[in-house]
Amino acid sequence: MLDNPYDARTSIGGCPCGAHASLSEHNSVQAAFAKLTQPPHSDAAPVAEPASAARDTDTLMADLFEAAVVKAVLGADPSRRSFLNLVGSGTAAAAIASVLPMGFIREVAAQAPRALEKTKLDVGFIPITCSTPVIMAHPMGFYSKHGLDVNVVRTAGWAVIRDKSINGEYDAAHMLAPMPLAISMGAGSNPLPWTLGAIQNINGQAITLATKHRDKRDPKDWKGFRFAVPFDYSMHNYLLRYYVAEAGLDPDRDIQIRAVPPPEMVANLRADNIDGFLGPDPFNQRAVFDGVGFIHLLTRELWDGHPCCVFAASRDFTQKMPNTFQALMRSIVEAASFAHNPANRKQIAEAISAQNYLNQPVTVVEQVLSGTFADGLGQVRRVPERIDFDPYPWHSMAVWMLTQMKRWGQIRGDVNYTQIAEQVFLTADAGRAMRELGGAPPAATMRKHTIMGKEFDPANPEAYIASFAIRRS
Amino acid sequence: MFASVRAKSALLSILLLALFLGGWQIAATPTAGTGPALDPEYAALLGASAQQGKQTPMPTPVDVGLRIAKHLEAPFADRGTNDKGIGIQLAYSLARVLLGFGLAALVAIPLGFLIGMSPLVYGALNPFIQVLRPISPLAWMPLALYTIKDSAISSIFVIFICSIWPMLTNTAFGVAHVRKEWLNVARTLEVNPLRTAWRVILPAAAPTIVTGMRISIGIAWLVIVAAEMLVGGTGIGYFVWNEWNNLSIANIITAILVIGVVGMLLDHMLGFATKLVTYQE
Repeated sequence: MLDNPYDARTSIGGCPCGAHASLSEHNSVQAAFAKLTQPPHSDAAPVAEPASAARDTDTLMADLFEAAVVKAVLGADPSRRSFLNLVGSGTAAAAIASVLPMGFIREVAAQAPRALEKTKLDVGFIPITCSTPVIMAHPMGFYSKHGLDVNVVRTAGWAVIRDKSINGEYDAAHMLAPMPLAISMGAGSNPLPWTLGAIQNINGQAITLATKHRDKRDPKDWKGFRFAVPFDYSMHNYLLRYYVAEAGLDPDRDIQIRAVPPPEMVANLRADNIDGFLGPDPFNQRAVFDGVGFIHLLTRELWDGHPCCVFAASRDFTQKMPNTFQALMRSIVEAASFAHNPANRKQIAEAISAQNYLNQPVTVVEQVLSGTFADGLGQVRRVPERIDFDPYPWHSMAVWMLTQMKRWGQIRGDVNYTQIAEQVFLTADAGRAMRELGGAPPAATMRKHTIMGKEFDPANPEAYIASFAIRRS
Repeated sequence: MFASVRAKSALLSILLLALFLGGWQIAATPTAGTGPALDPEYAALLGASAQQGKQTPMPTPVDVGLRIAKHLEAPFADRGTNDKGIGIQLAYSLARVLLGFGLAALVAIPLGFLIGMSPLVYGALNPFIQVLRPISPLAWMPLALYTIKDSAISSIFVIFICSIWPMLTNTAFGVAHVRKEWLNVARTLEVNPLRTAWRVILPAAAPTIVTGMRISIGIAWLVIVAAEMLVGGTGIGYFVWNEWNNLSIANIITAILVIGVVGMLLDHMLGFATKLVTYQE
C-alpha cells in the first residue's frame, strides 16, 4: 500500500496514503489528525525535526501510517468526525495511544525502506563523457528526485579520485571499471573492500592518432609508437593492449604505453610527444576539433558493449548506508536509462558541457553523444552506438578484466575470478534498482562476450588467458 | 638625474612590453583561409582553425585581454561547486597560504630564537634542517594525503613544511649574529635574559627575520599553485588545472598573470615590513 510513494514511476491512487478514496478526503483526515497526533507523542516520537528533506519525508511517512491506523480504529469519515466532536481530539489520541503503541508505530514508519541515512553527499567525477549519468543527474534533477542533495565534485585525476574516496572525502565516485577490482585486491594501493554499483557507460572510447599518421591505419605498422592511456587499471589500457597484441605487437616491447591524464593527451599529441592514444571522450573528438588528430577507430569496433566507467563506493559505505546507497543507485540507473534514449542526448550534451561540469565546447560533447561526428579525415561518420548507457554490471565483465590484469602481470598467482567478481560487482543491487524503476534486468549475471571476433567464456578464464600468444603470465 | 633614470627605465619597460605583445599578436594571428574546401556539414563540427586544415593556435594578446575583462566582470560569482569566479578562487588560495604561513611563522620564529641562542641546540637540529630543507613541496604531497587523509589540510601542511625553513634558518642566523657589544652592554647593566631577548636581540635580528619571512611567503605562493593543481577542489591552482583540462590557453594565461600580480603584492607587503624594522647602526 505504501510501497513506494516517492518514486515518480509508481502510480499513486486517489490519495497519498492510499487509505482514502480521494485526495480531499485524505486531506481532511490529515488536517484533523495533525492536531490530534502531535502533542501526546512529542516525547515518544523522535521524528518531528523538519530540518532536512529526509526528516520531512520520514515525518510525512509516519503521519501517513498513523492516519491510516487511526482511520482503521475509528472507521469511516462521518463516524470518525462525530466521535471526535463528541470526545475531543486530545482524548481520542490518548485513547488510541493507550491501546496501540503509536510512538513505536511512528518510529517503525520512520525507518521504513525509504529512510535515508544521509542526504548530503559528495560524489567525485572526472570531466569526461563516460561519467554522463553521474554528472547529468545533478543538473537534470535525478538525485533530488530520489531525496538526495548531491554535490558533484570535479576531480583532478584517477589517483586523486581514488585517494579522496579512500580517505572518505567522497561518499561515492566515478571510477574506471577495473579500479574497484584493483582497490579491493590491493593492486596499486592498499587492499580495501570496494564495490562497483553500476556501469555508467558502454563503448564511447576511441583510438586517436596524430594527423601525420593518417596513412598508417594498420596496427602492424605501429612498431615504436608511443601511446597514452588514462590509467594503468583501465579498460583503455586493456583494450589497447588487446588490439595491438592481436596485430602481433607486444604492448610492453614494441610500443610504449604511458598513463597520461586525458586533457594532456591532446596537448601531448599536439606537441608530438605521443603518436596516439586510446582515451575517453570528449578528448578524442577534441583532438579532431583542434585539428591535431583523427579518430582511427571507436572501441565498439573492438568489443561492442564493453564497460568503461562505473559508479563506485566503498563496501563500508554500502553497508552502513544501504538506503542512501540504493537511492544513489536509483538516481544513476534512472539517469543512465534516460541517457540511453538517443532523443535525449542533445539536451544532455547541453546540460553537461557547462563550465560547472565538463567545461567543454557543446559541439564537441554533442558529437560524442549523438554519434554524428567529424572523424578528422574529412568524413562525417554516423554511429549512433558510439556511446551508450547500460547500468547492468555483468559479473562476466569483471572476470574479463581480471583475466587481462593477470595476462599483463598486474596480478599474480591463483585468482578466484567468480568470487572477486561477485564481491565487487553489486549486480543484484543494480538489478533491484532497475526493477524498482520499472525496468527488467537480465536474469543471468554471466554471459559470453565477443572481443575482436574471439569469444570469451567466463567459465574458463585460465584457458582464455592461455589462448593468447602474447602475455606476461 | 635620479628622476630621469626612473622615467627612462619606465619608458624602456613599456617599450619592451609593447614589442613583446606586438610580436605575440603577429605570431598568433591565424592566416586567412588557404585550406582545402570542406564539406560544410563536416566543417561545422570542427574548431575554427581545423576548418582551415590547421591546429588551433595560441590565443592572441587581444583574446587574452578580452578574457581577463570577462573574468573581472564577476570575480566573486559562485555558479556551482565546480564553477566559481576567479576572486573566490584567489581568496581560497590566499586563505590557505596565510594559514600555512602563519603556522610556520609561529613555529619557526621561537624555534629559530632557541637555535640561534644555543649552539648546542643548533648543532643537534642542524642535520635535520639540512636534510628537510631542500625537499620539493610536491614530494610531500602524497605522504601528507596518505597520513592526514584530508586534501584541504594536506595542502596547508605542505605550505607549512615548505615555508618554515627560510624563516627558521634566517631567525637562527639573525639571533646568533647580534653584535657581541650590545649583549655585553645588556649584561653589564644586569638586564635579565628574557628582557635581553625582547629588547636587544629581537630588534637587532628583526631585519633578518623579516627577510626570512619574505622568502617564505614567496615559496608558499609557489607551493599553493602546485598543491592545488594536484588535489583540486578550489583555489587558483585548481583554476589553472581546470582550464588546462578545457585546453583553454587564454584562461591559463589569465591565471598566470593573476598569480604573478598577487605574488608581487605579497612580496611588497613584506618588503614594506622590512623597511619598518630596518635600523641604521
